[in-house]
Amino acid sequence: MSPVKTPLVKLSAIRKSFGPVEVLKGVDMAVEEGQVVAMIGRSGSGKSTLLRSINGLERIDGGVIEVDGECVDPGQIDLRALRQKVGMVFQQFNLFPHLTAGENVMLALKVVKKQDKATTRAAAEAALAKVGLGHKFDAYPSQLSGGQQQRVAIARSLAMAPKVLLCDEITSALDPELVAEVLGVVRKLAEEGMTLILVTHEMRFAREVCDRLVFMHGGRIAEQGPPAELFDRPSTPELAQFIGMVEAR
Amino acid sequence: MAYSFDFSSLLDYTPVLVDGVVTTVALTAVSTVLGVALGVGGAAARTSTVKPLALVVGAYVELIRNTPFLVQLFFIFFGLPSLGIRLAEWQAAVLAMVINLGAYSTEIIRAGIEATPKGQIEAGASLGMTGPQIFRYVVLGPAMAKIWPALTSQIVIVMLGSSVCSQIAAEELSFAANFIQSRNFRPFEVYFLATALYLALAVGLRWVFSLMGQRMFAKGVSRA
Repeated sequence: MSPVKTPLVKLSAIRKSFGPVEVLKGVDMAVEEGQVVAMIGRSGSGKSTLLRSINGLERIDGGVIEVDGECVDPGQIDLRALRQKVGMVFQQFNLFPHLTAGENVMLALKVVKKQDKATTRAAAEAALAKVGLGHKFDAYPSQLSGGQQQRVAIARSLAMAPKVLLCDEITSALDPELVAEVLGVVRKLAEEGMTLILVTHEMRFAREVCDRLVFMHGGRIAEQGPPAELFDRPSTPELAQFIGMVEAR
Repeated sequence: MAYSFDFSSLLDYTPVLVDGVVTTVALTAVSTVLGVALGVGGAAARTSTVKPLALVVGAYVELIRNTPFLVQLFFIFFGLPSLGIRLAEWQAAVLAMVINLGAYSTEIIRAGIEATPKGQIEAGASLGMTGPQIFRYVVLGPAMAKIWPALTSQIVIVMLGSSVCSQIAAEELSFAANFIQSRNFRPFEVYFLATALYLALAVGLRWVFSLMGQRMFAKGVSRA
């Protein structure tokens, strides 16, 4: 790997307010291809908002987002080109309830990528097999467990062949015994070199899997670096306190 | 009671009644297809971010829902000719029914659309789908499933309301009944039969829509 790379995702001076509350106060961040980055911080620190701004679900008030050459600024209207490069998995899975697992995966391949039936079918089967649900192709979301639904949601995003996958607290809505199967899939993706940006409360997972931790506090990145370094030698009192809180749980 | 019932006197008029039933069913079928299509479009417009469009459709819905169907029908049949628009009885009847059902179904379908979890729309957007694609493939199906019983009731109301169209001489079931009782002077028997036929049509219509609903929406949604 060459030491000098243009980052795959580059955020410059991102600002965002909800009414009078400024939740992002000028955030700069760069993620290189193949990196796995976890954003941590208290609720309200702006981490989910930052993640959601990367694919334009939150409209930023200032700054520039670049993903693999696609540029987003506050005036951008058409985000479809960007969104085909950025996959997203949500806390609440957000599967389409009237479609089977297979149809959930195939829908965007059909209507966005305009692929033919055989190609979408093969791609959907491959994506579901990858998350260990090849046998659930014809199951409706209501027939699947939370962990299985979330894995279908991951497959749905992966089938679009995104350059980077955003994961917004994807295990927070799961029963504890179902968390591992979803994190297992994410771990496998990380090992295969997928670029991942995660908002997570799973500190052990973040520590084991991520290349970099980003600690958000008060709408800014307070601290970032390799997980071991941040956990063992936090340089800000906010992070020290945050680590103390999550470890006390 | 000295009245002796005589349903046999209706037998001579069987073809008139059959024509009436067929016309009522045909008026209802055409109006349902066009009216629900108008309702889907209206609901899409009313929930769209294009404010002028949402306002225009909102005005249409309020105008229709707050005026009597009979007046709407008379306006179309007797009023429009003043503007040079002359419609046959059945055309005026269909138009009035479509406009009426369109307004009510706009409101009904809008409720279904607004019940869509925001996350599903975000999921569609995240996959690169356009607004219209999200509406068609993500929002509309579950929305229709949710409001199907309410929509069915509205269509039954429109079918029963088509009896009003006898007032402009559209030859549907009520027109047939009026015609027959003016000839045989047996209003009790005639309207008794007409009532039974409307009841049968309404029950049949609900049954058909229930079957259609099961066919179209039995998947995923109803179990969820």
